[in-house]
Amino acid sequence: MTNVVEIQGVSKQFKGGTVALQDIDLQIEQGEFVSLIGPSGCGKSTLLRIIGDLIEPSRGTVAVNGKSARQARRDHDYGIVFQDAVLYNWRTVAKNVALPLELAGWPRERRQQRVEEMLDLVELRGFGDHHPWQLSGGMQQRVSIARALSFEPALLLMDEPFGALDEMTRERLNAELLQIWEASGATIVFVTHSIAEAVFLSTRVVVMSPRPGRVSKVIPIELAQPRTAETREDPRFFELATEVREALHFGGQVEVIA
Amino acid sequence: MTVAVGRRVADWAPAAVVLVAFFGLWEGIVKGFHIQRFLLPAPDAIWHAFRSNQPALWHEGWFTFQEALGGFAIGCGVAIVFAIVVARWEGLGSALMPYTIAANAIPIIAFAPITNAWFNPLNKTSKMVIAAVLCFFPVFVNVVRGLRSVKPEQLELMRSYAVGELTVFRLVRVPTALPFFFTALRVASVLAMIGAIVGEYYGGSLDSLGANIEQDASLFQFEKAWAEIAIACIFGIGFYLAVALVERFATRWQPRMDTAGTS
Repeated sequence: MTNVVEIQGVSKQFKGGTVALQDIDLQIEQGEFVSLIGPSGCGKSTLLRIIGDLIEPSRGTVAVNGKSARQARRDHDYGIVFQDAVLYNWRTVAKNVALPLELAGWPRERRQQRVEEMLDLVELRGFGDHHPWQLSGGMQQRVSIARALSFEPALLLMDEPFGALDEMTRERLNAELLQIWEASGATIVFVTHSIAEAVFLSTRVVVMSPRPGRVSKVIPIELAQPRTAETREDPRFFELATEVREALHFGGQVEVIA
Repeated sequence: MTVAVGRRVADWAPAAVVLVAFFGLWEGIVKGFHIQRFLLPAPDAIWHAFRSNQPALWHEGWFTFQEALGGFAIGCGVAIVFAIVVARWEGLGSALMPYTIAANAIPIIAFAPITNAWFNPLNKTSKMVIAAVLCFFPVFVNVVRGLRSVKPEQLELMRSYAVGELTVFRLVRVPTALPFFFTALRVASVLAMIGAIVGEYYGGSLDSLGANIEQDASLFQFEKAWAEIAIACIFGIGFYLAVALVERFATRWQPRMDTAGTS
């Protein structure tokens, strides 16, 4: 197995002196679904951005697909999804999905074909001509996922993508995301503060603790694939959720949201 | 289709009723209370003056409108260039912003007699300068705000695509700033007409509206002065509507009162 992400000795100190991350080591293999979980201030979003070369680490190295994070970004090796869908209101849904393809210089016909495929994948067929503000929050986030996957990146970075959605929408999108993950074969790094979400989705959960941000525990989630609604009722699911919860508390933080 | 038109008429009807009532009341009050014509002429007298002076009025209106349009173009153009520079280099922005805000509070119209001294009061340039300076500030301030109102995540997304600053400017900053820009343009279109006409009050070509309003009022030709004011209104409102129309076209992606929430 090749490592898609290789993080070695990464620390990040912000200008004000805050140590966001300290000595992070993490390897993520191809096809894994890894969640970063921790209370606010543990640096999980910072770590995600360092993998994406949106922030530079103060120390340490990050390799993506065997290249420097910078080179990987330039080669469009990853797609990214934020908590906010970050869609451009002046573009239709189809043109939002096509944006990275446009920037990469794909010819129009190939672009249109791919956009159709992506909208099928996220179950938004027929919404291509809509404008983002005509869609619900959950649908907007699905557009954002389609856009991130449109150019078939090896890696998908997701920063609390379902954090602003209601619980029911979130659970439905969790299930859809797993189907997309299987269909695309992408490696996913997923930031969340929901224990249930992390356990349900991941092949591994990385528990982080704050001040300074560190990895306090890495918990493999060996629940059977594909995961379904029954997975959430599996006793093993609860055991693993408890393990994650205890690791979070052990990290020194009390107010953790289940 | 007919339903849509019907709805349109229903939408406009209340405003039309108010308009008719307004002129009816005006006519009635002037006639009923025997109001002196130098205070307020009756609408039918103004209409008569308008009809009998039509060619001259349109000529004057067009002359003044050209001044306003020229000033509008210069003022907005310079403001856009300044705004792009200031929005791009933040240090420059924080150095200049206090002064632009202070300058914005200056009653620029007070300079009208001075620009008449700087430039030949009889040609259009002196009025264009006033109009341009009036247009500059709202456009400058709004475009800077618009260009800077891009959310950090939008920039991060663009960075993830590894595209250059010019592409980000074209794809993200400009569209984000457009609604701000057009709000300012609508304000500027009104200010440009005001600037041109007030500039003309301090001396201008007799081809212009302002000079004629001023002259007719002092010659007791009040009906003609009011007809000239009406022409100024027509050009002013037309200018505003033209800008609003361009805005509607350029930002047709935006959710609007009449289309949002119908789904």
